Amino acid sequence: MRRNLSNGHQGLVSSRRDFLKLVTTVGAGLTLAMNLPVALAADAAVTVTAGDFEPNAFVRIGTDNSVTVIMKHLEMGQGTFTGLATLLAEELDADWSQVVAEGAPADAARYNNLNWGTMQGTGGSSAMANSFLQMRTAGATARAMLIEAAAQRWKVPATEIQVSQGILSHAASGNSAAFGELVELAAQQPIPDAQSLRLKDPADFAYIGQSLPRLDRGKTDGSALFTQDLQLEGMLTALVAHPPRFGGKVKQFDAAKALVSPGVVDVVQIPSGIAVLATDFWSAKKGRDLLSIDWDESAAFAGSTDDILREYRALAEQPGAVARTDGDATEALANATTVVEAVFDMPYLAHAAMEPMNAVALVNDAGCEIWNGEQFHTVDQATVAAALGLKPEQVKINMLLAGGSFGRRANPHSDYVLEAAQIAKARRGTPVKLVWTREDDTRAGYYRPLYVHKVRAGLDASGNPVAWEQRIVGQSIGKGTAFEAFIVKDGIDATSVEGASTLPYQIPNMQVELHTVDQGVPVQWWRSVGHTHTAFSTEVIIDELARAAKQDPVDFRLKLLAQHPRHLGVLKLAAEKADWGSELPKGWGRGVAVHESFNSFVAQVAEVSVQDNGSFKVERVVCAVDCGLAINPDIIRAQMEGGIGFGLSAALLSEITLKDGQVVQSNFHDYQVLRINQMPTIEVHIVPSAEPPTGVGEPGTPPIAPAVANALSAVTGQRFQHLPLKLNS
Amino acid sequence: MSITLQVNGVSHELDTTPDTPLLWAIRDHVRLTGTKFGCGMSMCGACTVHVDGKPTRSCVTPVSAAAGKAITTIEGITSPAAKAVQQAWTALEVPQCGYCQSGQIMSAAALLEQNSQPSDAEIDAAMSGNICRCATYARIRSAIKQAADQLA
Repeated sequence: MRRNLSNGHQGLVSSRRDFLKLVTTVGAGLTLAMNLPVALAADAAVTVTAGDFEPNAFVRIGTDNSVTVIMKHLEMGQGTFTGLATLLAEELDADWSQVVAEGAPADAARYNNLNWGTMQGTGGSSAMANSFLQMRTAGATARAMLIEAAAQRWKVPATEIQVSQGILSHAASGNSAAFGELVELAAQQPIPDAQSLRLKDPADFAYIGQSLPRLDRGKTDGSALFTQDLQLEGMLTALVAHPPRFGGKVKQFDAAKALVSPGVVDVVQIPSGIAVLATDFWSAKKGRDLLSIDWDESAAFAGSTDDILREYRALAEQPGAVARTDGDATEALANATTVVEAVFDMPYLAHAAMEPMNAVALVNDAGCEIWNGEQFHTVDQATVAAALGLKPEQVKINMLLAGGSFGRRANPHSDYVLEAAQIAKARRGTPVKLVWTREDDTRAGYYRPLYVHKVRAGLDASGNPVAWEQRIVGQSIGKGTAFEAFIVKDGIDATSVEGASTLPYQIPNMQVELHTVDQGVPVQWWRSVGHTHTAFSTEVIIDELARAAKQDPVDFRLKLLAQHPRHLGVLKLAAEKADWGSELPKGWGRGVAVHESFNSFVAQVAEVSVQDNGSFKVERVVCAVDCGLAINPDIIRAQMEGGIGFGLSAALLSEITLKDGQVVQSNFHDYQVLRINQMPTIEVHIVPSAEPPTGVGEPGTPPIAPAVANALSAVTGQRFQHLPLKLNS
Repeated sequence: MSITLQVNGVSHELDTTPDTPLLWAIRDHVRLTGTKFGCGMSMCGACTVHVDGKPTRSCVTPVSAAAGKAITTIEGITSPAAKAVQQAWTALEVPQCGYCQSGQIMSAAALLEQNSQPSDAEIDAAMSGNICRCATYARIRSAIKQAADQLA
C-alpha cells in the first residue's frame, strides 16, 4: 500500500455542504490504492470564491478511523507533510498512527499559499509559517463536529466530552468512541464558525514540539512513488534533444534513423527541441542519439564565464540602482581610518536534485492531466493551459513526492512541465513520461545566477565600522516572470540584494547598489536564493573588519547586533556550544557566520583543518537556529544538517561555467557535489521560542560558506573572494 | 532478443537488447522502480543493486552481463544486515527526499554483510560513491553504526 499518491479520491470540497456530503459518502474509501486514476479532472473541478476559509479542504476522516490530511505543499524532503499533519492532528487530537498524507490538487482558491496571495505553491521556506493557523483551525473544526456528534449520540453535554489520541470519551457515562464510529453523525453537524473555535494553549500541545515520526514513509524499501516511477497503461517515455546553446532553435532535423530504432514510436518537434518517444527509457535514449539536428543558433547565447566576469567586474566599479541608503557611505569611506575592500565572484550553480527533472502528461478531449513533483501549482496550471489553449481548470495536476528540488521544480516558466505537456499534445490520448538525463538536467538550464559583489567598508580610529558600500552585479531572477511585479520594485529585484539590503549590523553609513544585467543564461531561485551570495560577501567582510579592528569576530558581531535580539540569541548559542575561543589542534581554524533568511535566524561555527599539502577539510559545524516555535525539532535538525551539506557543495566543489555559450559541466564527475567523506560532524541547537513558526528548508544554507571561509582565514591568513573556496598554495 | 534475468529470486524473460543497462531492465521491463536513475554513469550510486551479493551500479551494467546471476534490488533484500540497515534508517529518520536512499541502503547492507563492524573510514570508503543531495550523510553514518551494533 502506498500513501501520498493520487488525487483521485480526494476531498474535492467546494463548500461546507460538500464537506458534509463527503464525510458521509466517502466512508471507508480512504486508504488509497496504488492504481492511479487516468481519468481527467475536468468533471471534478470545483469553484470556490477566492478568500473563503475552507478548513475542511484539509481533512477527511473515515469510518476506518483514518485521518487523511490533504497537503497543499510539496514534500521534497523538507518534512512538510509531517509538519502540516502535526498541526492538524494536534488540534484534532488524532492519534498519530491514524494520520495519512495526501497531495492536494491544483486549486488555488482552496490551497493557496497564504504568504503568496492567491497563488498555490511551495517555496521561500513558507509552508509552516503560512499554514500554522490554517491547519490547526482545520483540525479544531473537525474535532468540534465530532464532539457534537458524540454529545448527540450519548445525550450528554458537549462540554463534558474529552478527546485524546483519536478517542472521544465521556467519563460520567462511561461512553467512548473512536473517530470512525462518529463520522456519519459528525457530518450532519453544522460547521462551527471559525471564531467560535478555541485553539490550544501552547502549554497543552501534545504533538507540536515533539519529534513525531515522519509521514513520508516508503523511502527505505523502494515503495515511495516519485514521478520517475509512475507507470500508466500505454505510457511512452520521451527524451528531448535540447539546443546545445541557450536560445537555439531547430532549423531542420532528420529522424529517419531514430524512427527505425527498436522501441521508438514517434519523433515530434516541440518549441524546446526534438522529442523521441519510445516504449522505454533506453530505447528513447538510443533513438535520441540517432537524431540528426541542424540548429539555428543565430539568436543563441554565445558568451563565456570569463567574459561575464570581466563585464560584471567593470560594472561593479560604477554606481548602480540604489537598494538601500543610510547616511552617506561615500563621505564616511573617505574619512575612515581603515578601509577594507574586496571583489567577490560566485558562479552559476545547478540545483542537481537526485531525481533529474521529469513529468508525466496526458492530453485528451477533456484537457491535460499532469503528474509531477509539483511545487508551483498555479504557475504550471496557467502556463500549460495557455500553451494548450485550455482553461486552467482543465489542467489537472497530481502532486507526487519530489526527489529533491532545491527550488528547481518551482520554475517560473514551467519549463520542463510545459515540455511534457507539449509532447503529450502531439500524442493525444497517450500518457507521456518526459525524462531528463543527468546531462539534460545539468545543461538545459535554470541556474543560481553568477554574481559579482564589490564591497568597501570602513572603520574609524577606535575600530568601529562607520561605512559600508556594496555593489551587486548579476541577473534578475524575477524579471520577465509572473512574479516581477511582486519581486522587482523600482528596478531592484529583491532576490538579488536580500541579505545585503537587510544587513542588520549597526553601521551608520550604508549604501547597497545593484546592476541588473540581462544575460542569455536561464536563471532561477536556488535554495535560499539571494542569501546564497549575500551571506558570503557580507559575513566575510564583517570578519575582515573584525580582524582589522583587532577584535574577536564573535564579540565584534555581538556589539553591532545589539538591536537584534534573535541574531544575538543564535550567535551566542552557537559560540557557547562550539566552545568559541578554546584551543584547537595545530593547523585547525574556527570561523563564524550569522544570517537571517526567510524570517529564521541561523549562526554557524565551522572548524577546519588545513593539511601541509594545502588541502583542507571541514571537520565540525555547530549550528544554532531560531525558527520561532519548533514544530518538529528532529526535522529542524535534519534541515539544518542538510542545508549545511547543500551549502558545503557550493562552498567547496560546485561550479557551472560557460564556454562559447555551452555549459562545460555535464554530470557529477565535473559538477561535483558533497560526498559522505567530506561531510563534517554537525551539531544543531534550537533556540527555545514562542514566536510564530518560520521556515527551515533554506536558512541553514547561507551561513556555511562564509563560516568556512572565515575559519580558513583564521588558520591561513588568506582572504577568500571566490566560490568554490580554494586555498592559495 | 530474449534475456532471462533472476531478480529477487524470480525469473523474468525480457525482450530487450543486450546493451540495455540492468537499471532500465529492472525499472522498465521487470517494473520494479525502487532502484533509481540518478546519473547514468556510475557517479551517484542511486542505481545500486546486488549482483551475486556484490554492490553493483546497475546503470552501467549491460543486462547481458547480469543474465544468469542473482540480482537483488531494494524490494528483495532480506538479509539480517539489510533488515538492520532498514530499521536503523527509519529509527534515525535518515531519508529526506528519499530518492537516493535505495542505493544508500543497498551499499550499506553490502558493507555490513562484508564487514559487520566498520570504522568511520571504512564507512566513508564504502559509501562515498553514493551521493545524497539532501546531505543526509551524518545520519547515514550513525545509522550504519546503529545497524552494526544491532548485528553484533
